[in-house]
This record gives sequence, C-alpha cells and structure tokens, in this order.
Amino acid sequence: MHPAPSVIVFTSISGLGFGLFMWLGLGFPSFTGMAAFGVYFLAYALSVGGLLSSVFHLANKKNVVYAMSQWQTSWLSREGVLAVITLLAFAPMAIAQIFFASGAMNWIGPIGAALALITVFSTSMIYTQLKTVPRWNMPITPILFITYSIAGGALLSMQATVAGVLLILALAVQWAYWMMGDKRLAESGSDKGTATGLGAVGRVRMFESAHTTRNYILDEMFYKVGRKHSQKLRMISTVLAVVPVLILLLLPVSMPLAILALLVHVGAVLTSRWLFFAEAEHVVSLYYNRD
Amino acid sequence: MTALPTHTEKKLGLVIDLDTCVGCHGCVTACKGWNTQNYGTPLSDIDAYGADPHGTFLNRVFNYEVQPTDGGPSQTVHFPKSCLHCEDAPCVTVCPTGASYKRVEDGIVLVNEDRCMGCGLCAWACPYGARELDQDAGIMKKCTLCVDRIYNENLPEEDREPACVRTCPAGARHFGDLADPESDVSKLVAERGGMDLMPEQGTKPVNQYLPPRPKDTLDKTPPAALETVATEAKGFLGWLDKALEKL
Repeated sequence: MHPAPSVIVFTSISGLGFGLFMWLGLGFPSFTGMAAFGVYFLAYALSVGGLLSSVFHLANKKNVVYAMSQWQTSWLSREGVLAVITLLAFAPMAIAQIFFASGAMNWIGPIGAALALITVFSTSMIYTQLKTVPRWNMPITPILFITYSIAGGALLSMQATVAGVLLILALAVQWAYWMMGDKRLAESGSDKGTATGLGAVGRVRMFESAHTTRNYILDEMFYKVGRKHSQKLRMISTVLAVVPVLILLLLPVSMPLAILALLVHVGAVLTSRWLFFAEAEHVVSLYYNRD
Repeated sequence: MTALPTHTEKKLGLVIDLDTCVGCHGCVTACKGWNTQNYGTPLSDIDAYGADPHGTFLNRVFNYEVQPTDGGPSQTVHFPKSCLHCEDAPCVTVCPTGASYKRVEDGIVLVNEDRCMGCGLCAWACPYGARELDQDAGIMKKCTLCVDRIYNENLPEEDREPACVRTCPAGARHFGDLADPESDVSKLVAERGGMDLMPEQGTKPVNQYLPPRPKDTLDKTPPAALETVATEAKGFLGWLDKALEKL
C-alpha cells in the first residue's frame, strides 16, 4: 500500500496523544495549574493534530462533515465519533485541574482512559477489517497499535520505568506482527488462479496489463521500495526502539534525556508505521503480477 | 446508512464470456464515453497529451496467458474487469460518509457523489480494483451498471443495457437478472459453469465469468508437412525466372 505521509502521521501522532490521555485519565501524572496545562496541551495537540493530518488524505474535503454519520457500520466513522467523545470527555477534568486546581472532575478519568484506548482500537480496526490486505487482517494488528500507544503515552507522561518496560513489550509485539505478517498473503488463499478464475485451467501469467501507464489502483495499492528495503528498515526501527529503553532504564531520569528518548521513540514509530503501509500487499496486485 | 440490504429484489449484473472475448477494449471505450457524458462527474484524463497520461476508467481489459497443467498448448485469455456488484460488498460497509450504497430494488452498488469525501477506503476494501478515485474531481468512481441507460425510456429498447454490453462486437458480455433462475444470463451461467472471482474473499460477486472452453485435443501429433507440388518453371515464367536470377 502507498505509505501516504498524512496517514502515517495521523496514526502515529494521534496514537501518542490518546496514549497520553489514557495515562492522564488514570492520574499519571496528576498535575494542577500550569503543569496540568502543559500535559493537557500536549495531549490535545497530538490527538487533534493527528486527526487534522488525516483530513489531508481526503480528495474531496468539503464532504468531511458526513464522516461521522455511519458509525453503525464503518470503523472510520466510529474512530471519528470516539475521538471527539474522548476529547470532549477530558475537557471538564482538564479545566478543573488547570484553572481551579481541583480534582472534583477526576471521576471522569477512568472513563476517559477507557475511551482513549477504544479510540486507538477503532483506528487500528480501519486497517484490520480489510480482508483485501492480508497483512493487516490479523488480530495482532490492534494489539500492535494499542501497545505503541500506551508505551508512547507512558513516555510522554514521564514514567521512565513503566515506559521502558512497555517499549520492550511494543518491540516484541512488533516483531511478532512482522513474522506473522510475512506468511499472511500465502495463508489468505488468494492467488492469480483465484483472482482470474483461471487457476482450474492451469498456471496463470499476465501477458499484457490493462493499461500502459499508471492509474489510481497502481498508485494506491502498490509500493515496491518498501518491500525492497524492508529487512533494513526493520533493523533501523528495532535500533530506534531499543535506544529509548536503554536511556529510560539505565540512565538517571532527567528532562533532556527524556526528550531525547521521546524523539528517538517517535522516529521508531514513524519507521514502523511507514513499513506497516509500504510492506502491506493488496490482493488486487495479483491481477498485475508478472511472475 | 451504509449497511448492506439483507435481500435485493433483483440481482442485476454482467456475465462475461472469457471464451468469446477478443480483447478489443471496445467495452472500455464505450464505458468511458457514456460515463463521461452522462450520470455523475466525468471520468477525467490527466496530462492526456503529456509525458505521463493517466485517467479514470470503470472497466479495464487484462490479458493473461494460461499454461494448462496437462501440458497442452498455452492459451491467451482476454479478461475484462469492472465492479462485480457483490452481494456482500465490502466497499459499502467501510464507507464513513454514507456515500456508498447497494440498492434494494436491483442490487446495483452506487456512489452518492454529493456525499463522497474521497478518503479512498472503499477502493482499499475492494479486492478487484473496481473503484478508481477521479484525480480531477476527487470523487470515487465505479461502474453504475449504466443505471442511466437500463431504465431510460428515452432510449430505444435495444439500447437499454449497459454501454459495454451494447457495444461488444463479439457478444462476450451479457446483462440480466442473476436472481431469476429462468433469465437468459442465469441459464448461461448454469450451462457454462460460471464462476466467482476470488470466492475466498467472501464478497459473493453478482457478476459471473464463463471460463474458456476446453481446447480441441484431436491433433495431438502435428500433421505431416505437405509435399512440394511446384516443379521447374517452363515457358515465359521459366525465362523470367532465369532473367531475374542473372540481374
């Protein structure tokens, strides 16, 4: 699949934002006044920024007003609805903590934390639901998104040890996802024979494509560069994932080091998310397969 | 709501004969022509006379070579591909805006262009590459089964079928109600063993493909070469032959 920057930024950044919201809801950290303003600003900036970034992916933005109407059937709609509910739910709690130094609204926290997690889950389901992309159509895909989100949130909420442990967990889930994903296309049962229905006759080979130049399908569903360098990029992503763990678990906690760990972690998430799209094979590619 | 109807009164669709199709791309051109001048936003061409021409088509014809497993000669199969108007259409349920829908009365899958925001998720959900986002309008385009022809009483009756079917010079495309077992298309599918594309995707396509008929197996050994019947030229031709040799 085409790794569109808008969608990579959307899933990565909003995942971090809602991960931070989850920890804020659970009271880690529980600040008041300016400090509370700082963490809530970060959480809102990341989650809203991520959602806005996804709008850049739309070809006909004026109809975005309808995007939340189909929550009964569409995961993309559900994701929008849940994101807005989560953002609104945290507002009273944030206002009470920032302006009144009050914990009176903290009862919202656990509900908000659950909503934040469900929002990340529904983001992952936009991809997981697609049978046409076997590499995404796995139960581990939501686990991958949620683990990254919680680990990144822990890092943002400055819990060094918890974040360190969760980042190791995220890396383990990431490798499990890669190993399982590599076998998925073969397991899906779709091949050139079933795609053309000619498998019963014999071995199918494309003789001529239907079009000599590119089209929307090729632009959107094919990405060869990612697959060519996938092993190298997996190693880069792994190294980037390990560095913050070492910083967090082995070095004394300090603000500059925490920021460095965060930046390296964001690099790891972006690389991983880039691979998530670039490596994913769409079954329509079987119609174009020249082998 | 972009929920799928539990039942459609008809299942209008196409039956495509892979044995008969000659791969002329006439259906592609007729489709582009009709759907650019009629219902919905036109099918645009981008950089049409430049270095990187590309555009939107609702129907495209591939060519495949099939090497039979029993060792017979390989066959070339022309393969038109468009929306299959699936009973369990994954493109409809993923739509966040309610633009994509499947009609209860005839099962046609359509896009309400006034609601489409061009997110492209429906094209991702389609296994067949049947939906293309128009690069000029930013709206998802797909086969409408020529909904503005098949019910159009301003057209002569013989024209009330999809443009691709009407134009096909080989008679390789058929249109009808696949829910009615007595319809011509249903009989054709039963007789020729019509098949679903990628049945494992669970989309339950309405459009059916008729497989190429088995090739003749009579001439397993190639016929012997013909004997030479030409003899030495005589008379005027003999003279001409010699004269030309000397030149």
